Amino acid sequence: MATPPNSQETRNAASPAASPPRPGVARYVSGSAAQALLVPVLAVFVGLLLGGVVIAATDAGVAAVFRAFSADPGGVFRAIWQAVVKGYGALFYGSIGSPREMLDGYRIYLETGDNKALLKAIYPFTESLTTATPYIFAGLAVALGFRCGLFNIGAEGQFFIGALGAAFVGYSISGLPAFLHLPLALLGGALAGAVWGAVPGYLKARFGAHEVVNTIMMNWIAFRLSDWLLTGPMQAAGFRPVTPNIKMTAALPRFFEDPLRFNWGFILALVMAYVVYWLLFKTTIGFEIRAVGANPDGAKYAGINVVRNFVLVMTLSGALAGLAGTAQVLGVDHWVGQGFSAGYGFDSIALALLGKSHPLGVVLAALLFGFLRSGATRMQSLAGIPIDIISIIQGLVIIFVAAPALIRWLFRIPVPTAEETVLTRGWGK
Amino acid sequence: MKKLFAVLSMLVILSLALSACAPRPTPTPPPTQPPAPTKPPAPTQPPAPTQPPAPTEAPPPLIGQVTDMGGIDDKSFNASAWKGIQDAMKEFAIQGKYLESQQQADYTKNIQQYIDEGAALIVTVGFLLGVDTAKFAIANPDLKFAIVDYTYPDCWPGAEVGVQCGADKELPNVRGLIFQTDQAAFLAGYLAAGMTKTGVVATYGGIKIPPVTIFMKGFEAGVKYYNQQKGANVRLLGWETARDEGTFTGNFESTDDGRRLAESFMQEGADIILPVAGPVGLGSAAVCKETKACLVIGVDADWYDTAPEYREVLLTSVLKKIDVAVYSTIKDLLEGKFSGGTRVYAIADGGVDIAPYHEFEDDVPAELKAEIDAIRKALIDGSLTVDGVLSGQ
Repeated sequence: MATPPNSQETRNAASPAASPPRPGVARYVSGSAAQALLVPVLAVFVGLLLGGVVIAATDAGVAAVFRAFSADPGGVFRAIWQAVVKGYGALFYGSIGSPREMLDGYRIYLETGDNKALLKAIYPFTESLTTATPYIFAGLAVALGFRCGLFNIGAEGQFFIGALGAAFVGYSISGLPAFLHLPLALLGGALAGAVWGAVPGYLKARFGAHEVVNTIMMNWIAFRLSDWLLTGPMQAAGFRPVTPNIKMTAALPRFFEDPLRFNWGFILALVMAYVVYWLLFKTTIGFEIRAVGANPDGAKYAGINVVRNFVLVMTLSGALAGLAGTAQVLGVDHWVGQGFSAGYGFDSIALALLGKSHPLGVVLAALLFGFLRSGATRMQSLAGIPIDIISIIQGLVIIFVAAPALIRWLFRIPVPTAEETVLTRGWGK
Repeated sequence: MKKLFAVLSMLVILSLALSACAPRPTPTPPPTQPPAPTKPPAPTQPPAPTQPPAPTEAPPPLIGQVTDMGGIDDKSFNASAWKGIQDAMKEFAIQGKYLESQQQADYTKNIQQYIDEGAALIVTVGFLLGVDTAKFAIANPDLKFAIVDYTYPDCWPGAEVGVQCGADKELPNVRGLIFQTDQAAFLAGYLAAGMTKTGVVATYGGIKIPPVTIFMKGFEAGVKYYNQQKGANVRLLGWETARDEGTFTGNFESTDDGRRLAESFMQEGADIILPVAGPVGLGSAAVCKETKACLVIGVDADWYDTAPEYREVLLTSVLKKIDVAVYSTIKDLLEGKFSGGTRVYAIADGGVDIAPYHEFEDDVPAELKAEIDAIRKALIDGSLTVDGVLSGQ
């Protein structure tokens, strides 16, 4: 999962040779930020390319002409081209929208003051940002764990518990003004998630129990606990296994009217990304976290309390994952039902990998996932491509990101000189 | 090799970039596809048809289904509703599509997508979409909706409309499709009571919600009626209407739970089981097949077709014909006869029934068959009711 064992040597060996003209695609890219982005961007590109192959291979139109390949090979390529363009065209318009409609809508708004057309035009874009919001929080949660060498697979369970905690504060308290109720609900969700993260953190620190095993077990406890809560103590009136709706004083305010669900949760997610960045790179705590992640034994000899950092990071990680569920309840759904999450917690592991465990990278990766997921609705409807293709593309992207050597080999990119992120140390250390 | 690759990759990038500037694909249909979508696509092709409309004609009406989180191939109500749309596509010039919901935030998004596309009818599946469907229906009075297993008004005194429930009155543009499955389950209960060798039959549910418990209630009534008529004493495990209590797995997924429950019911002597929990019931069927000591009764669809591996232990199935309901809703729409409100599908109109006995055709005594046919008639003409039997009249 992590960097190759001999990467240190290769890196050192490659560093003096990096200043002469760089071969391959890297020749056209300069600057360290661009260098860092190169592999993920190319991975996304190759993922989309192979996704196009899957689209073409499963397209009925292509299959129909393929039988007559020898008679009309050109027709096959035309059909493939049409299928891919149609699919990705729908994905593009479904996730970003039509620029022309946006301009038209803006003109109408300026001329008549009627914002209907404009809102309709920006709906896909705002919907993508809304979909990206929980991904940002959950991706930060996993990335923070990676920085400390911890593999938090429990983000999914923490997401559920956080959502339930926020919903509980949201519906059970009434009469509070929004400026008190909303922070309280956010805190409730974060705290619930933090508890769910702290338990495996403590078990690891105190008893050496591996966090991978424990977070998975905590997931199952969270799922079954939420099943029970939704059919018992937290069930709304009526027969449906859902919580009551939160009071509107606890809701994250939306920027526009229905059906646009874009809300302050997105802003909060960006703020939180900055906070995590600041914590990791501008504070002593962050330095200790990174030191433990890089080499726990070395950190210990340097006088850093490794055990305390494990608990701290798992708690913060749980709180962030809890906030992902919180933002979804308070901003988008306003209630929690069975199967509330669409696997945000699991996707966020991939996200953190794609974002190289850097808060900015996580935000960018989350936006990518948000746009893919959101655009998939339109692709499914207009191009008839099952929504699962998005999961395939995501999976392909992750494979290429997790195997940067493959992308470097494909595009002839030299091994970077910059420090690479330690993702996890794996088992038994 | 390096250069070749560089050239190739640049070509790919360029072609992609250029395609973005190229004009949209021509509106004429590709030559390989039928020009006017009067014919449905090959039945082996589950995704929505994608024939572009002929440029001069108005596009055929769009019928869009929004699934719940079970997905389109849940072998239960989503699949059944989609079959109804597919059947309609074979008969009429319509365009049928479905959108799968992967999380609850997708419900409103998927409905919104169909509204943007100008759908003629939006079919939402399951009670979890109840509130959202009503919200959109009220906001878009010109649009038509059908919702499976749900009906309006769904509000109770003091409930906040649009938040806790969908509507406090019937909606003229929403048709709620509900099923009197208790009538069909009544027949199954009577049959089970007549066929049991141990004198004990059993049922269990997925989650305790009305669309599930209605099966169990009807089954109980059927067993009770058999006991009344024959002076028998067949016992039912797993549900009791008087106490409103029964056995539930708590989910609609775990076939292991189905195995476990079937085993414990068998230990208590049951030899016929009605599982009302979707695919969970297949676990019970597997136990029966292995031990050859029990029979199961399928639900929703005829398991003889959907679970052919368990034919040898399948006594019958309690049919809930969602496909028929969706099909007839589409037919009404096209004939201009669509109306809102609640449409109850009962045994009288064939919306619910029990499946043929298939492999047990010879095992079920002719006398019992005749009695069941008589009960079916009595249920149709109303001289016999499930509630009447349960309340002891």
